[in-house]
Amino acid sequence: MNNGGSTMVEKILAANSGKSKVNPGELINARVDLALGNDITAPVAIKEFERFGLDEVFDRDKIVLVPDHFTPNKDIASAEQARDVRDFAKKYNIKHYYEIGRMGVEHALLPEQGLIHPGMIIIGADSHTCTYGALGAFSTGVGSTDLAAAIAIGEAWFKVPATIRFEYSGTIPPFVSGKDLILYTIGQIGVEGARYRAMEFTGEAIDKLSMDGRLTMANMAVEAGGKCGYVQPDQTTFQYLDGRVKNDYTSVYSDEDAYYEKVYQFDVSSLEPQIAFPPSPDNVYPVSAAAGTTIDQVVIGSCTNGRIEDLRAAASVIKGKKVHPGVRLLVIPATQLIYRQALEEGVLAAFIDAEAAVSTPTCGPCLGGHMGILARGEKALATTNRNFVGRMGHPESEVYLCGPAVAAASAVAGEIVHPEEVK
Amino acid sequence: MKLEGKVWSFGDNIDTDAIIAARYLSTSDPVKLAEHLMEDIRPDFPGLVEKGDILIGGQNFGCGSSREHAPLAIKGAGVSCVIARSFARIFYRNAINIGLPILECSDDLSHLQPGQDRLQVDFEEGIITHLETGDIYKAAPFPPFMQEIINLGGLVGYVKNRIKG
Repeated sequence: MNNGGSTMVEKILAANSGKSKVNPGELINARVDLALGNDITAPVAIKEFERFGLDEVFDRDKIVLVPDHFTPNKDIASAEQARDVRDFAKKYNIKHYYEIGRMGVEHALLPEQGLIHPGMIIIGADSHTCTYGALGAFSTGVGSTDLAAAIAIGEAWFKVPATIRFEYSGTIPPFVSGKDLILYTIGQIGVEGARYRAMEFTGEAIDKLSMDGRLTMANMAVEAGGKCGYVQPDQTTFQYLDGRVKNDYTSVYSDEDAYYEKVYQFDVSSLEPQIAFPPSPDNVYPVSAAAGTTIDQVVIGSCTNGRIEDLRAAASVIKGKKVHPGVRLLVIPATQLIYRQALEEGVLAAFIDAEAAVSTPTCGPCLGGHMGILARGEKALATTNRNFVGRMGHPESEVYLCGPAVAAASAVAGEIVHPEEVK
Repeated sequence: MKLEGKVWSFGDNIDTDAIIAARYLSTSDPVKLAEHLMEDIRPDFPGLVEKGDILIGGQNFGCGSSREHAPLAIKGAGVSCVIARSFARIFYRNAINIGLPILECSDDLSHLQPGQDRLQVDFEEGIITHLETGDIYKAAPFPPFMQEIINLGGLVGYVKNRIKG
C-alpha cells in the first residue's frame, strides 16, 4: 500500500475505473479506449464473442482489426482465418479494419494512423501491445477471450502493476539505438525481471531518444515480463502526435512522490550495440562478443524495428555495398506509409541495389509464420523481438537479435560485426 | 475442486512458442493444437501426455506471445492443471479466462519423477499432496475476484453474467 503520489499508469487506470487512486496489487475493472486483434488472435475472440449472443459490439469505432501475422495469406487455413476476421469486421461495421494494401504490422500502424494518444487504455490480443506506452498511454497484451469480452462490454480486468523506474543517463553513442538500450536492460534484469510490472523509461538519454526509438523500447517491455513500458509525454511525443491525432487528450505524468518498487540507473555513454544470443532475449552481450558468428539470413523489420528510422539506419550502412553471397537479407517495412516513405527517400533502392529482398508489410518471419523460415541448423540475425527455440523456423535453427545498423552491417559482412567495421 | 494426476516437469521461462509453435496457429482447435504440445522442446511429449496429467513449470511459465492457443493446447491434451513457481501475466489471465486450472506454488517440485509421481491438488485449500510419500506443498489461493471468474466457467461466463445483470 502507498499513500503518496501515483505513477502515470496508476493515474490512467484510476481515471478509467472511476477511482480517485489505485494501488499496486489492486484488482480493478477499467474501461478500454481501444481493443485490438490480428488474424491469429481475433478468430478465437470472434468465436468467443458469438457465445455472448449480442447483436452489436460495444463501440464499432473502438475496435481495431489488423490481419498482419500470416498475411498476405500464407496458406488456405490462414486465408480462412483472415476471412473470418474480414467477415466479422463487415458484419459489425468495424471502423478500423485494415485490409492488405492498407495495413501494416499492427503496433507500427496504430500510432502512425493517429489512433493512440496519451492517457488512453489500449488492450490487444498480441503481447507487443505494450508498444503504445511510448506515447504516454497504458497499453498491454491480453489473450483472445479478454479481447472478446472487451469487444462485448468495453471493459477489462486488471491487477494494478507496481512500477519499476529505469533511468538512462549519458549520450547515446553512434550506431546505438532504442533497441540496444532495451536489449541491454533485458540483459540486466532478465526475462522475468519486470514480470507483472510497469516499466517507466526516463532520463536524459530517453529525453533525446526519437519516437521510433521509444516505440522500440516500450515494444520489448514484455520480453522482460513487463505489463507495459512507457515514456511520459514530452515535446518529442507532441511533435509526433501533431497532425495525426484529431481528438483532444490530456497528458498524464507520474507524481514526484510516486512509489517505485525499484529504480535502475544505466549510463549509456559507452554502450556498445547489443546482441541477444539464442534462445532468450535476456541472453545479451555487446556485439563484440558475437563477432565472427556466421549467419545465413538477416531480417530487418517487425513491430520492434520496421519503422522509417530503422530502415534509414540500416540503409545508411548498406548503401553502395552488396549483401554477402552467403546471406539472404529480408527487409520488411512495417506499414504501407513507411514503405512509401522509404521508396521516396531512396532507402528501398539502397536495399535493392545491395541485393536484399524487400517485402510488403507482414509479421511473417518474426514468429516463424512465412516469408523467411529457417532450415535446420541455420542462423539468423534479426531486428525482431524473440529468439526462442524454433521461433523463426526449424527447432534446430537459431536467432540472434540486434538493432538495424548491426543487422545491415552483418548482412554485408556475412557474419556478426560492429557497423564501424563495414566501410 | 480436487483432482489427481501424474506429473510432467518443465523448467523456467517456458515460452508460448515452446508450448505451441506459431506454425500450428492456423487452427484454434484444442485437440489439433494438442498434437504439437511442447513439440519443439520435447518432441515425444504429445505421445506421452495423458488425460488428467499435471504440468509442472518453474519461474515465468508461459512467457512470450499472447497466443491463447498455448493454454488451449494444454487443455486439449487433457491436462488437468498447471502448477508453476510463477506464471507470465498474459498466460496467467488466459488460463483463468478459458478455465484451465493453474496454481502458483513456491515450493521446489523439481525432484518429482516425470510420468511417475502422482499428486492430488485441492484448489479450495491450495494444498498439493504427493500421493505416495504424503508430502504436502502449499499453493497460493486465488483472490475472490478470480475465483468468481473460475466459478462462472471462465471469462465468457463472467461477461454473460454481467450482460444479464
